[in-house]
Amino acid sequence: MGEKVLMKGNEAMAEAAIMAGCHHYFGYPITPQTEVAAYMSKRLPKIDGGVFLQAESEIAAINMVIGVASTGKRVMTSSSSPGISLKSEGISYLAGCDLPALIVNVQRGGPGLGGIQPSQSDYFQATRGSGHGDYHMIVLAPASVQEMVNLTFKGFDLADKYRMTSMILADGTMGQMMEPVSLELGEVKNYDKSWALTGTKLERKPNIVNSLFLKPDELEVFNFNRFDRYKTIEENEVMYEEYKMEDAEICIVAFGVAARVSQNAIDAARAKGIKVGMIRPITLWPFPKKPLLAAADKVKAFVSVELNMGQMKEDIELATRCKKPVLLANRTGGMIPTVENILAKIDEADKI
Amino acid sequence: MNKQILIAGFGGQGILFSGKFLAYEGLIDNKEVSWLPSYGPEMRGGTANCSIILSDTKIGSPIVDNPDILIAMNAPSLDKYENAVTAGGEIYIDSSLIEKKVNRNDVNAYYIPATKLASDNGLSGLANIIMIGLMIKKSGIVPCENIEKAMKKVVSAKRPELFELNIRAIELGYNYEEA
Repeated sequence: MGEKVLMKGNEAMAEAAIMAGCHHYFGYPITPQTEVAAYMSKRLPKIDGGVFLQAESEIAAINMVIGVASTGKRVMTSSSSPGISLKSEGISYLAGCDLPALIVNVQRGGPGLGGIQPSQSDYFQATRGSGHGDYHMIVLAPASVQEMVNLTFKGFDLADKYRMTSMILADGTMGQMMEPVSLELGEVKNYDKSWALTGTKLERKPNIVNSLFLKPDELEVFNFNRFDRYKTIEENEVMYEEYKMEDAEICIVAFGVAARVSQNAIDAARAKGIKVGMIRPITLWPFPKKPLLAAADKVKAFVSVELNMGQMKEDIELATRCKKPVLLANRTGGMIPTVENILAKIDEADKI
Repeated sequence: MNKQILIAGFGGQGILFSGKFLAYEGLIDNKEVSWLPSYGPEMRGGTANCSIILSDTKIGSPIVDNPDILIAMNAPSLDKYENAVTAGGEIYIDSSLIEKKVNRNDVNAYYIPATKLASDNGLSGLANIIMIGLMIKKSGIVPCENIEKAMKKVVSAKRPELFELNIRAIELGYNYEEA
């Protein structure tokens, strides 16, 4: 393995995108992800054919993404919560056109303009698709700078593989923190893109990329086919990590920075003799339903640790079919749960 | 070993830079490291702080709530974080900017007029690095032989003159004897 370097999550993610072959970036600045755009503005103009463009708005940027994605080239945009709301119309169009792209949301507190401190309150927005219509995105939740890198690389791969958008759902902490990273990412896989708009040269029939289908029976078939693909993804692409689950009686479920704080809380609780473990979803969609359902037969309670009002808690209850109580340790508005916040809920769960 | 360090002061005092230097010290010393800045408007004139963790094992939360080592570069930072320092911890104080003393008996307090030392020695703006020099000496959390190597990682290659100045600042802090 090559020498590790210290990088900010936002910058490491941008470099990983370039290494994944993404040479087109469109964005609009917003804290706490502006470093992504700043990094791309330095790097992409030096790459042959590379395009960095600061659009006039988030809406313009996502529509530029649709344009490049239609040509089969790898493309990304990044923003933070309010900006993702603006992009959501375009994200729905990407889904309707079956176009691959990577969208990054380095979340901040909401709703509205909210604040600029870390948050996970766009969980529903991300896992339910963001814009209108029947669709999903693959949602990846990094919990370290190394994962910001690895999941960006993976996100592009999955997007191409399934012709859909991947979203990196990070938070301000992951974007701003520095940790040692390795940028050895392996080969970029190439997928068939015979659907792409590359010019017919009068040698083939024109390809059409479109999300308008006025005949309902036709549109229904597209939606059915899309959901067949989603089923394959739910079967094959779930990613999660277990921490001290072997003998756990209480299972914490947390992603991103919440999982990092939870690790400290678990170690502190175990020092007091309480057997706690964690299932950390890495893919939020597809959600790790099976391991959670299996855990429900072993533990007496779950504790969902989130930087929002308990959005993922609902998915845990669904996945475990409410077999065991799911408690919530949360902060919101840009606050991060402390080890003490989590320990208090672990104590409560221990009394069940 | 798991050392939680908090560096706090005004935006513009090089809080984040000195934290990055420490993080590289840890990386070169084969430690797990994390560096987390406060960000946003705080960095532009308000209070800025930076959490650094050096550890032998995988780091959980990158947020330092209870530092083992606090470097306070202004009075509001000392007020805010003094009581958060772990018992037996260390507090480093720039005594040219902070007049008051640490109130606790269960921590080790070190006073150094870093800002004055910096301006007296033609190192203005490097009070942060002088503080780090003293901290490396007193705490022993990172070996001093890696200082130059770590400094090379954080000082821009385009401004090599800054390297020498930063090394001088480290030495000034490292060799400082309290009166």
